[in-house]
Amino acid sequence: MTSSASTTDITRADVCAAAVADAFSEDGEIFGSPMGLMPMLGVRLAKLTSNPDLVLSDGESLFLGGVPPVGAKADVVEGWIPFRRVFDVVAYGKRHVMMGATQVDKDGNQNISAIGPFDRPKRQLLGSRGAPGNTVSNRTSYWVPKHSTRVFVDAVDVVSGVGPKRAKEAGVGASKYNDIHRIVTNLAVFDVKGPGDTVRLLSVHPGVTVAEVQEATGFDLGVSDPAAVPETRTPTMEELVLIREVLDPKGLRFKEVPAA
Amino acid sequence: MNGTPRDKTMTIDDVVGQLESGMTIGVGGWGPRRKPMALIRAIANSELTDLTLVAWGGADVGLLARAGKIRKLVYAFVSLDSVPLEPNFQKARQEGTISEIVEIDEGMFNAGLQAAAQRLPFLPIRAGLGSDVMVHNPQIKTVTSPYADADGVHEDLVAAPALNLDVALVHMNRADKHGNATYLGPDPYFDDLFCMAADKAFASCEQIVDTAGLTVDTPVQRVLLNRMMVDGVVETPNGAHFTTCTPDYERDERFQRAYAEAARGSDEDWAAFHERFLSGDEASYQAAVRAFAEEAAK
Repeated sequence: MTSSASTTDITRADVCAAAVADAFSEDGEIFGSPMGLMPMLGVRLAKLTSNPDLVLSDGESLFLGGVPPVGAKADVVEGWIPFRRVFDVVAYGKRHVMMGATQVDKDGNQNISAIGPFDRPKRQLLGSRGAPGNTVSNRTSYWVPKHSTRVFVDAVDVVSGVGPKRAKEAGVGASKYNDIHRIVTNLAVFDVKGPGDTVRLLSVHPGVTVAEVQEATGFDLGVSDPAAVPETRTPTMEELVLIREVLDPKGLRFKEVPAA
Repeated sequence: MNGTPRDKTMTIDDVVGQLESGMTIGVGGWGPRRKPMALIRAIANSELTDLTLVAWGGADVGLLARAGKIRKLVYAFVSLDSVPLEPNFQKARQEGTISEIVEIDEGMFNAGLQAAAQRLPFLPIRAGLGSDVMVHNPQIKTVTSPYADADGVHEDLVAAPALNLDVALVHMNRADKHGNATYLGPDPYFDDLFCMAADKAFASCEQIVDTAGLTVDTPVQRVLLNRMMVDGVVETPNGAHFTTCTPDYERDERFQRAYAEAARGSDEDWAAFHERFLSGDEASYQAAVRAFAEEAAK
């Protein structure tokens, strides 16, 4: 074992990578489709540990046969997944996407479209992209690198990704395959299985208190017994070696989640 | 009569001459990838107005928005990737200068192109249900399945409306003079669908070659466009600049940064960028781009 892998200096970014990996651990043989660096790191970690059946892409047009470091080119290729075919897989359902979220609300709705009124936004973002379709077609998770009251709001300005409550209201066509699985942030892990399909705190990262998470969240998390909220697990020695020496030796993850 | 299909080679100006104000124009490529930028630049410099633009948006949307050409925009996203948010598009949205905004889900966009290409009024899709796409686009309806699912339920689904186009503009790596064309990069994007969704389609390309040359060094599966779908072919080397045209060239990141900085900057910043690069024809654009690259290399 080299000196760079030690469980005594586990960073928040390492914890986040393992938490993302855990979101994909029980997916079986599906397309793990990450948007952004930390989701990509976590999905690759899952493939090397808990779920070797995961299907990965280079985010462009190739299914990867191997598991290259984040930012590296594909080595072995096992298939072709140009943009158009992604929509086929979305409809087919064998996909778990982890997207970003500029806003998430208490019902697990997500916004990447615009901030402020849609007719005249204060700030135009990307557009809703595939979020409406992803959320009613295949398993969807969100990654939030800077957990704050600006992101976690009472109600999102534009519903791009559809939470379970809205999906049920829209009927069986929308709710049948709606599956908002995890929301992983730099502070904590959530699902959307709270009372009335609301965001529920599952764990807080080591060094973070429930009070801090509540403080950074713009709606009531409804935690009655903070002491009962578990701590997010720390990565194993094997995972630390994979993160530090195989998947992200350049430490790109610290650009998203700085080492404290 | 020699049995040879007709020659459809044209100039950039010929293509722009076929367009009219008020038309619905679909633009191929994807975000900052393989966009028919030479044709877009020419439209930005033309007298055309009140266009409806249908695009997986990149700088095509930004440039035409900044030039005041867009009355209605149909998109699922607008991005330059390495510059995530397109500043000219953001400015147009935040200042409210595009009168009609149709922001839809990517899958709906794909379904809309498929529907138009198949001459269907719509195709059913789940995407959009429960989202604000349906709230902000009340013209988009749902349809009840005539067939019961396993639980006996008749599902309500989105009827993604056909994205019928007057004209499609795409950029390919190689084409012959008849309108057959290949992409040599990793992804076809949706260029064939755009062409089939349109009344008229024009393909610019890096190089016009003999028909036999289209498959001499690349598999036949890469011949994406068949001449039945194409009304005109224009040879525009480096015509996708500053977007990708893999493997002929990759994205010009340095130029894209300069574009984004000018777009984000003051009106004077944009005017200076426009004067240097965009005020002349395609030949003067390419000359200015070469000078920009030489300057940066010093």
